[in-house]
Amino acid sequence: MYKGGKIFASLIIFAALFTIPFFYNMGKVNAGPDVALNTAAIQQLPASEQQCVESPEFMRANHMQLLNQWREEAVRNGQTVYVNSQGKEFEISLQDTCLKCHATESASKPAVLNNPVSTTAGVSNPALNESPEFCASCHDYSAVKPLCWSCHFEPKEATK
Amino acid sequence: MKVLFSFLAVILLILVATMGAFITNLHFVFGIIIPYLAFAMFVGGFIYRVVKWGRSPVPFRIPTTIGQQKSLPWIKQNKIENPTSAFGVIVRMAMEVLFFRSLFRNTKTELREGQNGPELSYGSAKWLWLGSLFFHWSFLIIIIRHLRFFLEPIPFAVQILESVDGMLQIGLPAIYLTDAFILVAVTYLFLRRIFVPQVKYISLPADFFPLFMIMSIAISGILMRYFYKVDLVAVKQLAIGLATFQPVLPTGIGPMFFIHIFLVSILFAYFPMSKLMHMGGIFMSPTRNMISNNRMVRHINPWNPEVEVHTYEQYEDEFREKMKKAGIPVEKE
Repeated sequence: MYKGGKIFASLIIFAALFTIPFFYNMGKVNAGPDVALNTAAIQQLPASEQQCVESPEFMRANHMQLLNQWREEAVRNGQTVYVNSQGKEFEISLQDTCLKCHATESASKPAVLNNPVSTTAGVSNPALNESPEFCASCHDYSAVKPLCWSCHFEPKEATK
Repeated sequence: MKVLFSFLAVILLILVATMGAFITNLHFVFGIIIPYLAFAMFVGGFIYRVVKWGRSPVPFRIPTTIGQQKSLPWIKQNKIENPTSAFGVIVRMAMEVLFFRSLFRNTKTELREGQNGPELSYGSAKWLWLGSLFFHWSFLIIIIRHLRFFLEPIPFAVQILESVDGMLQIGLPAIYLTDAFILVAVTYLFLRRIFVPQVKYISLPADFFPLFMIMSIAISGILMRYFYKVDLVAVKQLAIGLATFQPVLPTGIGPMFFIHIFLVSILFAYFPMSKLMHMGGIFMSPTRNMISNNRMVRHINPWNPEVEVHTYEQYEDEFREKMKKAGIPVEKE
């Protein structure tokens, strides 16, 4: 073989590049995100209220479009009531509807929720938090950065 | 006909994939066994092909150059297009691999009606270069982007690349620029083979098949992202399972995923036995990867046979005594 050394070195680089996932994940546990679908906040609700705005399958696939639609309805059309596929009505609100159930245990203190800009001891509103764990668990896992928090952020003055 | 043959082959593959996607019992085969086989065939076949090429002799110094070669000291050498150092060759190869330097110099030749009959004219033709550049770079970025399914935690660079790719923030999920680019580019590369008569004449089924495969992979990926959605978390669990050699098959992934991964697997398995091997071959192009020192250094054909020589010293050693007796002068006493 002519220039065998260079060819073999290049082939090793080639094989290394394409086997990155094997080495990178070596010895790691294949643990998916820990999605809390049965939080205390949800358990406290009556059984009829425990169903999300739409079915879990629909939410899993289309939550981003639903949130987009909600934003347009609420912010641009002034419409604050969402009627779901079963004819049930929900208030269009990220903080008061979604995050009522889907927030982390520590962050979902109702007092804070009601007053987003409250400054109680640094406990921040999950809606204003960089990444509430419920969203972050899947979004971090698949590297999808939601744009929610680029508007729903806590004013800097509030944390002073 | 050649187009139709490739097209039908791809349609057949899509039908097989669809069958696999909708029969739950086959998910293990389509989601785990075929991807593993395809990967092994890709890496193994790639290495086999490159080693096979590496074993073929390269007897001549044949760099093709397009710049002033090293000459008298006051004549400026083009150190990249006519390299006399390894560094120059590396820069030249990088330009070739990353920016398709020689395709950029592509020209078209036409017979035009001139004043005195037809005239041969040459012009620059950059569209192929542009189309290829968009195609290949989009493909590369898409592959790197897919690492988000295979790596946990996801490296920062992959996330940056993804956010740059989706920077227009059109729609939800955000539209990737590379998705649009690769579709446009691959369509251009296909139409070119249909509408340019000379190119059509030399196109083979093996030219159309990869184009259709890549087209169908891109389309299935886009359908999966925007229209027939799949459970991304489950997809990533499957991918990490593959990467850690502890395959898992989460339920409810969605059929589109199995179509996509089957087509990708076929492309990967087909890769080493196809023209797609230009990925490895470009590095082995002797006209590009050789230092242009044709006459600066003595190059010896590597398989020159060992010639038996009998030097004058040996001759003298053999006949010294006889030479002395005969009075012939000798060099060594």
